[in-house]
Amino acid sequence: MSTLGFLLRRPASARDTEAVAGIDRLGALLTLVGAAGLLLLPFVAFKANRIVPGDTRGLVEVLPTWGALGCWATLATVAAVALLVANAPLRLGAALAGLVVTAMALAGAANALTPPHDLIVRVAPGAGFWLLLASLGLLATDAITRMRPGPGVRVLLLALFLGLAGLALARGIFDNVSVMREYAVNAAAFALAARQHILLSLGSLGAAVIVALPLGVFCHRAPRLQPGVLSALNIIQTIPSIALFGILMAPLGALAAHVPLAAAVGIRGIGAAPAVVALFLYSLLPIVANTVAGLKRVSPATVEAALGMGMTRWQTLMSVELVLALPVILTGIRIVLVQNIGLVTVAALIGGGGFGTFVFGGIGQAATDLVLLGAIPTVVLAFSAAVLLDALVERLERVPP
Amino acid sequence: MIVIESLTKRYESMTAVDDVSMVVERNSITVVVGTSGSGKSTLLRMINRLIEPTSGRVLIDGRDTESEAGHVLRRRIGYVIQGHGLFPHRTVAENIGTVPRLLGWEESRIRTRTAQLLGALQLDPGQYSEKYPHQLSGGQQQRVGVARALAAEPAVLLMDEPFGALDPIIREKAQDDLLDIQRKFGTTIVLVTHDIDEAFRLGDRVAVMSAGRLIQYDRPEVLVTRPADALVARMTGSAERAMRLLSLTTAGEAALPFSACEAAADGVVVPTSASLREVLSELLWRGSECATVLDADGTPCGRLTVASIMARGRPS
Repeated sequence: MSTLGFLLRRPASARDTEAVAGIDRLGALLTLVGAAGLLLLPFVAFKANRIVPGDTRGLVEVLPTWGALGCWATLATVAAVALLVANAPLRLGAALAGLVVTAMALAGAANALTPPHDLIVRVAPGAGFWLLLASLGLLATDAITRMRPGPGVRVLLLALFLGLAGLALARGIFDNVSVMREYAVNAAAFALAARQHILLSLGSLGAAVIVALPLGVFCHRAPRLQPGVLSALNIIQTIPSIALFGILMAPLGALAAHVPLAAAVGIRGIGAAPAVVALFLYSLLPIVANTVAGLKRVSPATVEAALGMGMTRWQTLMSVELVLALPVILTGIRIVLVQNIGLVTVAALIGGGGFGTFVFGGIGQAATDLVLLGAIPTVVLAFSAAVLLDALVERLERVPP
Repeated sequence: MIVIESLTKRYESMTAVDDVSMVVERNSITVVVGTSGSGKSTLLRMINRLIEPTSGRVLIDGRDTESEAGHVLRRRIGYVIQGHGLFPHRTVAENIGTVPRLLGWEESRIRTRTAQLLGALQLDPGQYSEKYPHQLSGGQQQRVGVARALAAEPAVLLMDEPFGALDPIIREKAQDDLLDIQRKFGTTIVLVTHDIDEAFRLGDRVAVMSAGRLIQYDRPEVLVTRPADALVARMTGSAERAMRLLSLTTAGEAALPFSACEAAADGVVVPTSASLREVLSELLWRGSECATVLDADGTPCGRLTVASIMARGRPS
C-alpha cells in the first residue's frame, strides 16, 4: 500500500532529483528491488485449495507468451524512465503504467491458472508481486513528492485511485485472485464488518472529541492542572490495546450484570462496548494535547484585543481562539482517526466486529487470503482518512494566518 | 470625562496600582508614562475593566463603570494595544467591523463606517478591505488597529503602547495621524507609554507613575518647569529641559507681530506648526537671528527672533 504514501502530507521541501552521471539514485535502487522481485521470487502461488501451501510460479510461467512479453517490455521501459528521466510527471506516468500492468498481470495469471468453473483452487499474489508493487508504488510516491501537489490535487488523486480500484473490482477483473475468491464467499460478512469498522472508529472519535475538546480548553485555562491531566492520559496511552480491552471486560461485565439499564443499551463485558470505551480512552490524549498546543499558538495580543473590544469569554473562545487553533486540533483528530481505524482491528478479539474478524479468523484457519481480506481494506481506509484530513488541515492553514 | 477615584489593584504579593485618583478631560489626550512595572497598564485596563480593581471606582461621563457588565462596557470604549492584536483569520474590513457587529449594527452601516475609517487613516478601502492583516506593513496594521478601535464611535479610546512595535520614522507619522484623528473625531484618549518624548508630543496632560503611585499629573510644561520629585525631573531630562519646553510651543503661538526681518535676503522661513525647538535649531544652523513665520497659505504672519525664543525656554 506504499502506493498511497505520496498522498500524505507533503514534505516541507521537495527533494531535488539526485542524479549521478545521469542515473537517478532512487530509480536505480527501485529498479534493482523490482527486478530482484520479478526474477528471483515467485509472482503468484498456486494452491489446490485455500489452506494448503501452494507451489510458486514466476511471471513468465503464468502468462501467455505475448502477455509476458508485453509485461516485460512495459516494466523495462518503466525501469529506463526511473533510471534516466528527471521529469516528474513522466516518472509518475511510467510508475502508474507499471502498476496497472502489474495488477493486470496478476489478474491474467489468476485467470490462466484457474480451470474453468473451478471454485476450489486459489491463485494468490506472491512475494515477487508484492515487491514489484512496492517498488512501483515508491516510484510513484517519489514522483508526486517532486511535483508538490496542493491539497485539492492530492484528494483528487486519492479519488482517482479509489475509483479505478473500485471499477476494476466491480468489473470482476480480479475475481479469480485468491483474496476476491475469499470476498465472494464472505460478501455479506464483509459489508457488516465494513459498517462496524467505520462505526466503531468514527463513534469513538466523536465521543472523544466531545470530551477532549472541552478538556483541552480547560487545561489551557488552568495551566496548573495541565501536567496532571496530560500525564494521566499518557499513562492510558501506554497500556497495550489488548490489555486495555481485557481490563475493561471486568467492570463493564459487572455493570451489565448489576444495572439492567446498562445491559439494555447494549453494554457488555465483550463486544462493541469495551472496544468503544478503549478507543475513546486512546483518543483523548492526542486531541487534548493538540487542543492545548493549538490554543497556545494563538497570540495573547489577539485574545486580549478580542476581550478588550467587548467579546465575552465564550465569544472569544468560539470565534477567535478555537478558529485559530483549528488546524492543530484537526491534526490531533487525524492522528486519532487513523489510529482508531487500525486499533478497531484488534477489537475483533473481544467480539467488537470490524475487519479484524477476518484477520483473526484467517490467522486461526491459517488462511492468508482471509487475513488479506481484512487487512487490505483497513489500510485503504486508514490512508484515505489520513489523506482527507491532511488535505483539510493544509487547506485551513493556507487560509491565513 | 473620566473620573478615577482612589483606584487600587492589589495582588497577593504586591500592589500594582496604589490609590490613584485623576480626572481625564473630554476631547483631550492624556498620556500615562512610567517605567515597566509602574502600574500604568494595569491602571489603563482597570478603566475598561479588563482588570477588576481591588478598590476605588471609575466614572465615565458620570456613570460608574461597575453599573453594567464588563463586556458591554468595553464595547463602548475603544482599545488599542501594542502589536495591534488584529484577528489574523479575518479581513481588514471584518476586523474593523468587529465591535459594530457585536452591537448589532446593520451591514450597510458597518460598510459605510469601515470605508470612512479606512479613508480617514489613508488606506484606500477598495485596495485594503479584503486584505488579511499579514498582507499589510507594520504601520498599516497599526492603523487598522486604530480604525477597529474607533469603529463603533466610542467616546473614549484607550491605547496601551500603541506605537511600541513601530520603527521611529513610522512612529512619528503614526503619532501625527493620531493627533489628526483626535481632532477629527473629538475622542477622549488615554494613552500609556514608557517613552517620555511620545508623552510630550501627544499629551495635553501627562501623568507620571512609579511603583503603582501617581507621582505627578499636569500639563507637560509644568512637568518640565516644576517637577514634583527627582524622578520626574530625571524623566523630563534636566539637562535638556529648556529644549523640551521649547518643543511644547509652536511658532504660530509664539510669533511676534509681523515686520520684515533685518538682512533677510535668504531669510529663514518656518510654518506655524513648527515647534520653537525646531525653529531655534534651524536658526542656529543657518546662523540667522530672525525667522519669518508663514501661515498655511504661505503668507507671512509673524516673526521669531532668537531672543524671543530664548525667553520661552525659561520657566515663567
